[in-house]
Amino acid sequence: MAASPHTLSSRLLTGRVGGCVRYLERRAMQESPHTFVHLFRSVSKQWITFQHLTFLRRMYVTQLNRSLNQQVKRKPEPVASPFLEKTPLGQAKAEICEMRPLPPPSLPLSRKSGEKELLELESASIVEGSLDVETETKDEKHWKEMKLHLDDLPGILARLSKIKLTALVVSTTSAGFALAPGPFDWSCFLLTSLGTGLASCAANSINQFFEVPFDSNMNRTKNRPLVRGQISPLLAVTFATCCAVPGIALLTWGVNPLTGALGAFNIFLYTCCYTPLKRISIANTWVGAVVGAVPPVMGWTAATGSLDAGAFLLGGILYSWQFPHFNALSWGLREDYSRGGYCMMSVTHPALCRRVALRHCLALIALSAAAPALQVTTWAFPVVSLPINLYISYLGFRFYTDADRKSSRKLFFCSLWHLPLLLLLLLTCKRPPGAGGAAGEPRG
Amino acid sequence: MAALRPSRRVLVPPLCRAFAGSGCQLAPERGAERRDTASGRVSGFCPPRKSCHDWIGPPDKHSNLRPVHFYVPKNESPLEQKLRQLRQETQEWNQQFWAKQNLTFRKEKEEFIRSRLKARGLDPRAGSGQKATLDAEEMADFYKEFLSKNFLKHMYYNRDWYQRNFAITFCMGRVALERVWNKLRPKPKETAWRSPP
Repeated sequence: MAASPHTLSSRLLTGRVGGCVRYLERRAMQESPHTFVHLFRSVSKQWITFQHLTFLRRMYVTQLNRSLNQQVKRKPEPVASPFLEKTPLGQAKAEICEMRPLPPPSLPLSRKSGEKELLELESASIVEGSLDVETETKDEKHWKEMKLHLDDLPGILARLSKIKLTALVVSTTSAGFALAPGPFDWSCFLLTSLGTGLASCAANSINQFFEVPFDSNMNRTKNRPLVRGQISPLLAVTFATCCAVPGIALLTWGVNPLTGALGAFNIFLYTCCYTPLKRISIANTWVGAVVGAVPPVMGWTAATGSLDAGAFLLGGILYSWQFPHFNALSWGLREDYSRGGYCMMSVTHPALCRRVALRHCLALIALSAAAPALQVTTWAFPVVSLPINLYISYLGFRFYTDADRKSSRKLFFCSLWHLPLLLLLLLTCKRPPGAGGAAGEPRG
Repeated sequence: MAALRPSRRVLVPPLCRAFAGSGCQLAPERGAERRDTASGRVSGFCPPRKSCHDWIGPPDKHSNLRPVHFYVPKNESPLEQKLRQLRQETQEWNQQFWAKQNLTFRKEKEEFIRSRLKARGLDPRAGSGQKATLDAEEMADFYKEFLSKNFLKHMYYNRDWYQRNFAITFCMGRVALERVWNKLRPKPKETAWRSPP
């Protein structure tokens, strides 16, 4: 769910630019008056520069009607495309996709006619045939053998388990553990972190296993391992099982049964409730917020062995944080959600989306004020956390009023640093032992 | 990734295409020209002779799904065949659904933009001051409408997709177990090493 700020926008751009560049290059190769031998010089993609890209764009525009072996239908209203709310490259891509002339690989029904067309092409001149081959060679270069190389496996599994998100989840669990009253038990802490990490890996893998065709259609997620065929579904499920079982076992028997139960519940909630619910109802966001809130609670219960007010406070902070984070992120993905069939507030109830984000930004201020009242932190905490809470609330307010991409991005990126900072402040303002009663006995 | 020599590529695709529509099982020695197992994509792609794995291609322009060229092993067991057919069929079904879905989306989006702009043209308003575009808020109406219109379709698709996904994965598990069993039990001349799907 959480994406790092750099990769979000860069992935969006790369996807569109990359696809556009490849197609434009192919067209450029066809139009060029090279000889038969020339055609088999492969063009290295590494030296594509911005100038090259601009040149190809111009070529595409001028040579739209002069393709050799493609029946290009003149788009009736090219005027419409500038009105798309995308970058110029995005517009070009939209046009390209509309006008794909070769037998669409999509429909098996048209395969026969497609084959006939291809055979007709072969009966044409050798130059055309070799151009066709050159096109296909280029295309075929993108075919990859579905063979698992063991040295790639760690990277693939890291992406499958959304390792960055897992790291964030583990850090919230650690924060929960550290904030709980009682002496800090290192072995318990490590077991909790490891168990939670494994549980999170399992949940994320199952999530990706369920969502392959949907992930393929969204820019943000189209480079996931299962989408790219780097790993088989069976292996993904096996990996998930091999993470979930030891993870929950570790939590149950290495820490305490309550934490284990919470871990198992969270895996279930994420994979069997949140993931399918994403396509059924906007309630998925609230369920997802609970999923995000459980890890710090697990950290607390691992340290204290019981569900106290402090645990719920921490859970509440994480719960509230999810809304500005996710609602802001989803604002820019409305098109993808709509096309892919995801039921998100940003699409179906935009006003609610912004209202809820603002509401929960303000809730963060209230929860921060409640922290000392519940003996979790000193009174310094609401004071020192007020600036960042006010800032995120301000951005939430701007998002609520402006409701544009700019404000949503600002809110999203703010949420990415707001949470770690808030957790850090919580830790630094933790109520020292002995000052006020400890909530429960720590259990190792 | 296979490094294919250009000279060979001239000959192989036409041969592949010639065999593509026949649907016949080719003799094992013609390793490269195995039948294009109807991925719905007449790309003429043929994996190298020595390859005994599936091959996955670039995302389709319409459906954004990556087609898989399935490897047909020489001694394919009934279970393996069933798995391959299941995967093939699911691939085609997915391809059809998403290609149609994406094309419909694009078409309806263009129509929406056109109609909104036409309506605006009749009733000029002081817009955002830039060139006439539809901003995200106006597009949001379209996205909401499109989502609700296709809701039931997605429900049926989700149900079917989950069923198929489970079936394929379960079948993969059975095939993997079968292979392990075949390798473990004392059987002469069982030399073929196959990696799991």
